[in-house]
Amino acid sequence: MKETLLLTKHMREYPEDSHLIETYEKNNGYRALKKVLKEDNPEDVINEIKNSNIRGRGGAGFPTGVKWGFLAENEDRYLVINGDESEPGTFKDRILLERDPHQLIEGVIITCFASNIKKAFIYIRGEYAKPARRVQDAVKQAYEKGYLGNNILGTNFSLDVVVHLGAGAYICGEETALLNSLEGKRGEPRLKPPYFPAVMGLYNKPTLVNNVETISSVPWIVQNSGKEYSKLGVEGSTGTRIFSLSGHVNNPGNFEIEMGKSFGEFIDTFGNGIKNNKSVKAYIPGGASAPWFTGDQLDIKMTIDDVANAGSMLGSGAVVVMDEDTNLVYAAKSIVSFFAHESCGQCTPCREGTTWLEMILERIASGRGRLSDISLLIDICDNISPGLDWPPKMTTICPLGPSAVSPITSLLNNFSDEITNMIPTKIPITQ
Amino acid sequence: MSWEKELIDKANEIIELYPEKRSALGPLLYLAQEKDGYISNDSIIQISNLVGITEVQVKSVASFYSMYKEEQTGKYLLSVCKSISCEINDSRSVIDSVKNFTGLENYETDNDKVFTFEEVECIGACGGAPAVQVNYETVEGLTPEKSLQMCEWLKEERPELVVADELQEKFGGVKSFDWAIKDNTGSSYSVPGFQNIGTAKEKNL
Repeated sequence: MKETLLLTKHMREYPEDSHLIETYEKNNGYRALKKVLKEDNPEDVINEIKNSNIRGRGGAGFPTGVKWGFLAENEDRYLVINGDESEPGTFKDRILLERDPHQLIEGVIITCFASNIKKAFIYIRGEYAKPARRVQDAVKQAYEKGYLGNNILGTNFSLDVVVHLGAGAYICGEETALLNSLEGKRGEPRLKPPYFPAVMGLYNKPTLVNNVETISSVPWIVQNSGKEYSKLGVEGSTGTRIFSLSGHVNNPGNFEIEMGKSFGEFIDTFGNGIKNNKSVKAYIPGGASAPWFTGDQLDIKMTIDDVANAGSMLGSGAVVVMDEDTNLVYAAKSIVSFFAHESCGQCTPCREGTTWLEMILERIASGRGRLSDISLLIDICDNISPGLDWPPKMTTICPLGPSAVSPITSLLNNFSDEITNMIPTKIPITQ
Repeated sequence: MSWEKELIDKANEIIELYPEKRSALGPLLYLAQEKDGYISNDSIIQISNLVGITEVQVKSVASFYSMYKEEQTGKYLLSVCKSISCEINDSRSVIDSVKNFTGLENYETDNDKVFTFEEVECIGACGGAPAVQVNYETVEGLTPEKSLQMCEWLKEERPELVVADELQEKFGGVKSFDWAIKDNTGSSYSVPGFQNIGTAKEKNL
């Protein structure tokens, strides 16, 4: 099993200066853009993206070409790059922003050309100060070289790009919350419908919202054709994908592979096995929102559909491995605390539910749990996500609330002993 | 303290970048925080005038986001991650170590205004867990001992500019990715070291 380097090739080959425009240009950088501008046929670009069958890399896995097709006609249309990567376990966009910002910017320009957009925003989470600086510098260089601004490379096409920094709210990764945040409002997800920002987005104008990794793939697809891209990976999960591997592995990191291999092979090959030769107790296949798989389920294939069929999601491509010694109650509590902290507070089931789940888990983790706590946990989870199904049913505007349910159902379905063992059979009498 | 002309000019330049004034609210709050170390009431009034919304609306937004501080922070904001990858790699011992050294609980600032301590959620450094940010500059692969040394060093040396690469080299361990580009950029304040201006040279197409 080998990596297939499309997006991370350049940064591997030029570890010292992959972020500079000179290095990028020397290595076929901005050539896809020149080709697109020369041929001057936006429809072709959209068709290449459709042919590539690329699905969004932010988490939902929506087909990018279809999304672009939804973009409504309007004088003002916008592109917003979602760089609010905050899903625990995920750090793939961080390297794309920090190490190869021009790849993203070229993708942005091509996307805007294809969809006749004149203004783009790159929204980067506030904590990514260094990556944001790199992107900012790269944007400046691109202006100086005439890749951005008025009449790009002597054509009639003009584009402005603004780098915008978030301020520490995970929820702004939800696309409508991100748009509110960009409008200078609280980062609260919008009520749906309208379902698609492509119809009604930023300032209620048609807006494309795409993930950093998705748009970083655009130059390669345009340069090599959508058909070539679709040959990589497997049907339904074409192309390469950058997986962030963390947890109890010997060699954590970002690895770009074609989708379709098994998680076990991935963890062994790239993670170089588990620390101290331990075994895997459980692992998270796609970020903290995703239900866990057990150590017996390592042969599941890393594709969007295989993971979904097995009852979880590939999400943001963050694989977190937990070894045999991990206290899964603490692990679940950490994830639930995350969602309790990040709940925007609009919907009662999420705002109240996640807080109560956190407090009950805290009680159990500190050894003061009650046997009735387990049914209480289930009851609260059921109020947030009725039936505890996957994919989750929702009583909330966005999927943040149901995401807090995932670790608890994972725990109770497969590792219920762990939680009951932490509950004392005799309740200590405190004075 | 109200804003000086220079700062107001800078603010207006940021506002120009956006199709609607209010979009500049986030960057302007960072300007305010860079000036005072927190979002002061004076800044709120100033920003509400600049953007054309009420003071309550400014406050409402400022209080929503965790990176806008309502109280003055210390020179070094220590944000220790406690999310899942860090949690299972024993971030709690790093948290304890930092807490012991600084004597601070969550969100507290010491009397000398040197350190502010906070436990934070995922900072995207999961491959280098446990990880810490100092003024939003990331240091990965810490241990309780190393984090203690880092705090001591900061207290002794009082560097004006916190540089991620420097801290990583001195105190860090395993990293999220190891093909590293070295640079000397960093942050001097408890806001992300990031220039808001200069993105759009040609506006209003």
